[in-house]
Amino acid sequence: MMGLETQLCKMKLRNPTVLASGIRGNNAHLLIRAAKEGAGAVTSKSCSLAPREGHNNPTMINTPEAMLNAIGLSNPGVEEEIGEIRAAVMGAKVPVIASIVAFSIEDFGKVAERISEAAPHMIEVDAACPNTHREGRMFSACAQDAAAVAKAVEEATNIPFSMKLSPDVPNIGEIAQACVDAGADAITAINTMGGMYVDAYARRAVLHNWFGGVSGPALKPVALKAVYNIRKAVGPKIPIIGTGGISTGMDAIEMIMAGANAVGIGSAVVLRKNVFKGVCSEMSAFMKEKGYKRLYELKLEE
Amino acid sequence: MILMLPQVATVAKAEKENSTVTTLTLNISLPRAIPGQFVMAWLPGFDEKPLSLAGASPVKISVGERGPFSSRLCGLKKGGKLWVRGPYGRGFELEGKKILLVGGGYGFAPLRFLADQARKKKITATAICGARSKSLLMAPASCKTLFTTDDGSAGIKGNVLAAMEGLFAREKFDTVYTCGPERMMGSVARLAKKKKADCQLLLERYMKCGIGVCGHCACGDRLVCFDGPRFGYEMLSNPEFERVWRDKAGHKVPI
Ligand SMILES: Cc1cc2nc3c(=O)[nH]c(=O)nc-3n(C[C@H](O)[C@H](O)[C@H](O)COP(=O)(O)OP(=O)(O)OC[C@H]3O[C@@H](n4cnc5c(N)ncnc54)[C@H](O)[C@@H]3O)c2cc1C
Ligand SMILES: Cc1cc2nc3c(=O)[nH]c(=O)nc-3n(C[C@H](O)[C@H](O)[C@H](O)COP(=O)(O)O)c2cc1C
Ligand code: FES
Repeated sequence: MMGLETQLCKMKLRNPTVLASGIRGNNAHLLIRAAKEGAGAVTSKSCSLAPREGHNNPTMINTPEAMLNAIGLSNPGVEEEIGEIRAAVMGAKVPVIASIVAFSIEDFGKVAERISEAAPHMIEVDAACPNTHREGRMFSACAQDAAAVAKAVEEATNIPFSMKLSPDVPNIGEIAQACVDAGADAITAINTMGGMYVDAYARRAVLHNWFGGVSGPALKPVALKAVYNIRKAVGPKIPIIGTGGISTGMDAIEMIMAGANAVGIGSAVVLRKNVFKGVCSEMSAFMKEKGYKRLYELKLEE
Repeated sequence: MILMLPQVATVAKAEKENSTVTTLTLNISLPRAIPGQFVMAWLPGFDEKPLSLAGASPVKISVGERGPFSSRLCGLKKGGKLWVRGPYGRGFELEGKKILLVGGGYGFAPLRFLADQARKKKITATAICGARSKSLLMAPASCKTLFTTDDGSAGIKGNVLAAMEGLFAREKFDTVYTCGPERMMGSVARLAKKKKADCQLLLERYMKCGIGVCGHCACGDRLVCFDGPRFGYEMLSNPEFERVWRDKAGHKVPI
């Protein structure tokens, strides 16, 4: 669509919508489907060095206030994932972003190195997962740990990579800058925000893991602030994939005004039909009405 | 009405149908639910799994005992509690004037629910229910039901395909509905196609979210919980139908 083209590092996107990680992206067929449905780029489900079964169900619920999930990063492991990414790169006709996750700094480097064999256009590093060496604290919970992950990935691959951050911190801008200083080429913000839901009859948390991550419309204001803070911190050059609560063209316009170059779309795949095409045509309509010709003209007035 | 959050329900009746299948009738109703749709049944602190509706008003599920979760469900007695959310997915579409239902194992349960709906709409249904032997047969549907067993211990000796051939030799059916082991459904669909009937089948894949977000239940590029579980002839050209299943971690497992 005219005027919606954008660029992330060296990747040219026909439009700024990106299928978010963990959303209908477990195999090549699904990634190709999202591309056919209009996504400008697609991100695979995070893969780890060893296979993971994830948590028991319930792993996801759609509550009146928000969506909540604790899948537990289930994935067949990087060995099997290489084949899926290869097939997706061959078939998708849009850039493929391979998401990786690990539970030690060292393993981040190993997974990055292995997944590079599949030659994805970009790697996304899910740093919002627990570090087993630090009592389960998230890597992206502090600038030092996040930077150490970025450095390990930088040394392991020549493929551009984005660091995906958690909003559950008071200083996301500082953390993003530390990642960039350590070699990150882009930032994806945000992953889900910690949350919990209770069933009063069962007298338990609904998610089997008790805690999970909030996604969907409830996350939008949190994501807007995170992206705004990150843009202020990292300056104009570093691409940001703004993710969290995007389901309409106006959500996407607002996210880009707050500082994003592209928008990740996750939970909204079930909130409306044809979400990628819908978001794009609504963006175009707004831009036409207001006389914007290019995405970079969408800026906040301060 | 869709229950988005699990709702507590009480078992009103627990009936053992055969040596492996128990049918539970609950004290709640999902009046808009249709055959082929499923619910996510939750045993708090343990697990939550998809089960086809065997009835909607009141809710019924037929559970085949095969592992830890289904064993616990089958062990529930009258007054026992479980939580359900749903109904989810796309169910069967009733079409045609004469229909044939072909089921194997607990897969016959949603077809019995379909037979009840067909009756209300004055559609003539005939059912074939297959099993390895007599002790594994399900109770009959509310329409004419033929039974087949591999060992001949009850009904017609042989598999459901032979019985289906036999029926088609004498009469014509507009649509064939099938639910059971995947290879059986594939064979039923191919035979239905040869006989120029329409076909709808119910697929199973490992489910996590059950609502179309996580992607775990994929069969090729189709999501069983969201695009299905009811599919048609398009499955015959799906690269993973009758071939690949993904386990809890997402490993490909040959069928
Ligand atoms: C749409 C749909 C409808 C279903 N309807 C029925 C039904 O009406 N009656 C019935 O008895 N069973 C039904 N199943 C299958 C049922 O979910 C499994 O039999 C049950 O989860 C087994 O759990 P378990 O712990 O007893 O066995 P396990 O030992 O854990 O697993 C045994 C097998 O069950 C299947 N399974 C396990 N977990 C899941 C899961 N989360 N999602 C899907 N399959 C799983 C796998 O094939 C696995 O190999 C349905 C499945 C789907 C997807
Ligand atoms: C079911 C589910 C699974 C997810 N899995 C991952 C994952 O494996 N890796 C990751 O980086 N983010 C994961 N996410 C986070 C999403 O990519 C996204 O950041 C978040 O959901 C916010 O976007 P949304 O509001 O558009 O859903 C997952 C989200 C959901 C809902
Ligand atoms: S089980 Fe999550 S998409 Fe079907």
